[in-house]
Amino acid sequence: MLININRKSVENEIPLLGVERLVLQATNINKYFYEPEKFQVLKNISFEANRGEFLALVGKSGCGKSTLLYILSTMDTTYDGKLTMNGERLTGRTQDQLAAFRNEHLGFVFQFHFLLPEFTALQNVMLPALKLGKYSSKEIEERAYQKLKLVDMQDHALKQSAKLSGGQQQRVAIARALINDPTIIMGDEPTGNLDRKNSEVVFEIFKQIAHENNQTIIAVTHDPDFAKGSDRIIEMSDGQIIS
Amino acid sequence: MKLGISLQIAKTHLLTKKRQTLIAMLGVTFGIAMFIVMISVIKGVNKFLEDSALDSSPHIRIYKEITSNHPSIIEDANPSNFNIIYHQLPKNELINIKNGLQIAANIEKEPTILGVSPQISSQVFFNKGPVPFSGQIAGVDVLKEDKLYDLKKRVKSGNLESLLSTPNGILMGKVLARNLNVKVGDKITVTTPTGNLKLVKIVGIFGFGIQTVDGVKCYANMSMVQEILQKDKSFVTDIHIKMKDSQAALKYAKVLKNQYGYKTQDWAEANSAFLAGDKIRNGMVIMVSITLLVVAGFGIYNIMNMNVINKMKDIAILKATGFAGNDIVSIFLIQSIIIGILGALLGIIIGFCLSYLLSSMPFDAGDFLDIKTFPILFEPKYYGLGMIFGITTTILAGYMPARKASKIDPVAILRG
Repeated sequence: MLININRKSVENEIPLLGVERLVLQATNINKYFYEPEKFQVLKNISFEANRGEFLALVGKSGCGKSTLLYILSTMDTTYDGKLTMNGERLTGRTQDQLAAFRNEHLGFVFQFHFLLPEFTALQNVMLPALKLGKYSSKEIEERAYQKLKLVDMQDHALKQSAKLSGGQQQRVAIARALINDPTIIMGDEPTGNLDRKNSEVVFEIFKQIAHENNQTIIAVTHDPDFAKGSDRIIEMSDGQIIS
Repeated sequence: MKLGISLQIAKTHLLTKKRQTLIAMLGVTFGIAMFIVMISVIKGVNKFLEDSALDSSPHIRIYKEITSNHPSIIEDANPSNFNIIYHQLPKNELINIKNGLQIAANIEKEPTILGVSPQISSQVFFNKGPVPFSGQIAGVDVLKEDKLYDLKKRVKSGNLESLLSTPNGILMGKVLARNLNVKVGDKITVTTPTGNLKLVKIVGIFGFGIQTVDGVKCYANMSMVQEILQKDKSFVTDIHIKMKDSQAALKYAKVLKNQYGYKTQDWAEANSAFLAGDKIRNGMVIMVSITLLVVAGFGIYNIMNMNVINKMKDIAILKATGFAGNDIVSIFLIQSIIIGILGALLGIIIGFCLSYLLSSMPFDAGDFLDIKTFPILFEPKYYGLGMIFGITTTILAGYMPARKASKIDPVAILRG
């Protein structure tokens, strides 16, 4: 009997030895706001994310999806529950430890690009890698160039970031998010400030990252087309996951 | 390297906002420059006054103090009682130093001594027409006195040697000579407190550059003064001493007092009026400098605070991409330090230029002091001190905004 061995199905069905399939595990996350009065914004959130998955986090305004994302980002440490990434327990670590973790394993793309205006596109992309210090300056410059190529911004590498258009800056921001080859890339409305055309470009880049590079994407979005193109949609309402 | 990336970011921040950086620097520059100028001037003035005082006074002066403060006979009669005496009067004793010439010769043998000049001095009146001018005459061995004060150089007209060959000759201070309207070769009458008159001849005029000497003092041969005061050849009222090390004189004066029992006055005590201002001036420099630097510090604090507020988004993204709190502190603290170093450097250069300009400015203190230009003291340690002050101020002023920056919550900013 011939068994049709398909690389993709092998990856999905049989757990690979030595490579964790689960990249993120959130267990019983609860969060309260105290101003103006005590309000529970996240109610017992639990979910998992796999390697190479393109996840969309959707829901109406105020449902808590951005709040959840920032807890997942490790920048918000005020919550009850447990967060594990790459097999490492992150809940309870210090700010500096979490910063080091973010530097190595996470990448961020925000609605507003947040590039450093005094630096060139290339320098902006290089910064997180220079902080990590895994490669030499020369190597980092080369890698940054490669990432810019990925988002088709290599011709603008030496331009000051303040001089680029909105769509161009967002693409540079994506290149920056990728520079340390993170396990998970988190996006907070990454296409929120972009027009239709640029949104499509960003979407394509994300899909490529997830499926070709096996990196996980978790993106909060209001854009229905963006959500539709993802691998899995997590819908939230009133602080709970409803699907 | 970890510090390297913070340094790079700090450098870029400073270079892209050159004008703001320059303004921050100027505060420090101004404070340091003023500090340098002030301390150079004031220390220069202090040193000049001290040198003048040293120059024209003996390091140590031994004399007999007329005092009312000596134990009364009652202390011997009633030693066990508590005695109170009112209105004690000075004794009618001789004002000379017993064996003065002997003592002077003994002291001169010491290796630390530059020279000793025993003298007999007295208040006298100079008669110019009907008006008597008061002054002081010092009977000396003029060669010994020359050893102490380099008198030969100070003689403006006439000469010192003539005094040796003219028994009734005097050397007169230039201000006194001017007031009396006399010149070399003139004769003038001198009256002692006991009423003796003597006609003396002016053989030379000298100038020390200090009013209190040039307007009052005259030198004459010891034998002549002893004669007009009707005292014997060994009558000596003062012993003036100059040592090789002026600072050592302060201690040696006490030694001599204990040894011989006479009052000894060191140069600092004699010129206390001159030198009293020292401490006050030094205190002023410190106060003004601190004020200037505090103001500069506030300026830097303000600018760095504003910087941090302007850069809140940048700080948030840096934290998101993995920069730790310390990295953020480094970025802003390094900026402050660079501003401090550059500002202080510029400050000491400007301070030096201003001091140099001042030092060539003409300054005329009239007869009071013999000085042609502003006295400025150039000493490297002030410049070093200026650098240290400048950098310390900027570190202190920059640290708090830097810490504030590191405590920024990135979530609040990123969520917008």
